[in-house]
Amino acid sequence: MQRSGFIVGAVRRLVTGPPVYYVWVFFLLALAGAGITAYVKQLQLGLIVTGMTNYVSWGFYIGNFTFLVGVAAAAVLLIIPAYVYDFGPIKDIVIVGEALAVSALIMCMLFVTADLGRPDRVWHLFPGLGILNLPRSMLAWDIVVLNGYLFLNLFIPGYILWKAYHEQQVNMRFILPFILLSIPWAVSIHTVTAFIYNGLAARPFWNASILAPRFLASAFCSGPALSILLYQVVRRYSRFHVKDEALQKIAEMIAIAMAINLFLLGAEFFKELYSDTHHLSPLQYLYAGVHGKGRLVPWIWTAFTFNIIAFIIFLVPVTRKSFATLNLGCVLIIVGIWIEKGIGLIIPGFIPAPLGEVWEYAPTGTEIMVAAGIWGIGLLILTVILKILVPIETGEFTKSTATAS
Amino acid sequence: MSDRRFMNEAVPDKGDRERKSDPSPGSPQQQGTDLSRRTFLAGAAAVMGMFAVNSCTWQEFIQNNFRRMTKKEIDETTERLKAEYREKYGKDFVVGTESPIDGTLFAYALDIQRCIGCRRCVHGCVEENNQSRDPEIQYIRVLRFKDGDMDLEHSDIYYNPDEVPQKGYYYMPVQCQHCANAPCTKVCPVQATWTEPDGIVVVDYNWCIGCRYCMAACPYMGRWFNFADPVIPKDEVNTETHYLGNRPRMRNVVEKCTFCIQRVRKGKYPKCVEVCPVGVRKFGNLLDPDSEVSRIIRTKRVFRLKEDLNTQPKFYYFFE
Repeated sequence: MQRSGFIVGAVRRLVTGPPVYYVWVFFLLALAGAGITAYVKQLQLGLIVTGMTNYVSWGFYIGNFTFLVGVAAAAVLLIIPAYVYDFGPIKDIVIVGEALAVSALIMCMLFVTADLGRPDRVWHLFPGLGILNLPRSMLAWDIVVLNGYLFLNLFIPGYILWKAYHEQQVNMRFILPFILLSIPWAVSIHTVTAFIYNGLAARPFWNASILAPRFLASAFCSGPALSILLYQVVRRYSRFHVKDEALQKIAEMIAIAMAINLFLLGAEFFKELYSDTHHLSPLQYLYAGVHGKGRLVPWIWTAFTFNIIAFIIFLVPVTRKSFATLNLGCVLIIVGIWIEKGIGLIIPGFIPAPLGEVWEYAPTGTEIMVAAGIWGIGLLILTVILKILVPIETGEFTKSTATAS
Repeated sequence: MSDRRFMNEAVPDKGDRERKSDPSPGSPQQQGTDLSRRTFLAGAAAVMGMFAVNSCTWQEFIQNNFRRMTKKEIDETTERLKAEYREKYGKDFVVGTESPIDGTLFAYALDIQRCIGCRRCVHGCVEENNQSRDPEIQYIRVLRFKDGDMDLEHSDIYYNPDEVPQKGYYYMPVQCQHCANAPCTKVCPVQATWTEPDGIVVVDYNWCIGCRYCMAACPYMGRWFNFADPVIPKDEVNTETHYLGNRPRMRNVVEKCTFCIQRVRKGKYPKCVEVCPVGVRKFGNLLDPDSEVSRIIRTKRVFRLKEDLNTQPKFYYFFE
């Protein structure tokens, strides 16, 4: 009875909302539907429907995957000040960040699955049944850390909300070790993801020690920027209280992270330009083009410009404190990092090819539709989680209100 | 470079050798877990079947990694494959599972000075190894360099003159280098690709999940992906195959040069060696000091591609 009370209450909350909620949900459903249609086509015909080739063998899917691992990892940025320094205003809102992490992780897994040639053979990865190539394969490690992180991010808020739903006190002595564990774990998911590319001597663009630190720095820009926008949406459409000072704290952290990110980029530029070896070629392809081919050039300069403008916005107190400019800065950072950490990171790794050829890549319509579908599914999951989670957190949706109504 | 150093690098691990020389039917306990694995997967296959867009039989779905198969499983699998190929191509196939010959470590040597760039090796390889004609897969790339230049970024594989060799150019064919320290096998998340005890880097096409990590890891462009269903004309298909070699592949898996495993394990030369009109391609056993490759390594100037990456290729380029 008790469980059905929760389900009935949850479903009732999911189907009610302001008109904009219905528009949003139907929009996401349409995206998901288009994505699934495109994916079925890919299953039927093979990866030939994508723009990938034997030269550029990873593309849009893996780019989105890499960006989203960063978003998921960035939940840690919110946990550190909340629990380690006991900063109250952020502590209240950590749980929403974890919901973002969960949906980002699910999108990560969907992107990898979409990229997989033989999803029917995914059981080959299950230890016991199949063979998970540990400790040698970085991809195997990534599967371990991503799933572990997903578990932590489901378990911690799950426990806290279960207590809140039953109107009980959270046992901090029980849950705090898991919260603390999730901090290094968040670092690990983005580090291991960086190591997937970093460990390949065949690809000089990735084979630089600066890759993992840059991954973390840029993740600490994009993830929190997404959170700032998300918190404003949540507090506008619910009784969930998010203090301005919490958002300001996050914005300050973004400014620092972006400074580090730009510094590391500068360090990379110096090394490649000054030493002027063949390892410069991918960077040259990305920022200037080679042999008259430079499809990514406008994209990466857009990203660069956006990141610089956003950095200035987040650095200057006046623009950081005004929500109009703050939100503009967040959007610029999200788009900037999405380009830089997505197609801007993956594709130049393959260009020029190890034997010197320059083959360009562009995603096909099918590929873009599948990616849009995955974003649709991910945001739908986020919406559903928040729709149930937020009222529990605010005390509107508890066991007593569920059984009373 | 001494032969001794090379042999030490590439000595296969003991477990590998024992496994290959005797594909024993497994202990009773192994069979027990095996049975439950099969039962579980058969159930999973039935469920999957309802959603299946990829057409594949449940036997294919639950098929084990080649290196974990018992003798019986290997026989069942090859019989099933033969039936499948007969239906598709209307011909009787041989699907060999010959093990490595003890005391062999295969290596390749190529005379870069005399290669004329005719690409007969490329096409001989496509026919021998049942590579897809559409989309086109070719294991060998012949790079053309201007005399005096060996910069890969200046090389050209799309040269198309009326006659080769052209004055002022030289040619360098590149294929899988069968590295002793192979970056591609290390990264595979499911061990679908590995180095055989005789030094050949192979792929189990039925175990590959199509993640293409190995392609990103290879510094020689030695790996190819079947982006669509491979197309081989029925009258051109080669029916003499090996499980780890040139048997017809399926969509969305990786494939590569295997030194013609179906030929070399029967004592024949790889096809590219055989079709080369000027005899620049040499092949043999590194462990035999009198083999042609061993003598070339001893007596000629040799080099390997991208030595700085420490991949330790078993593919030598040589010149006088």
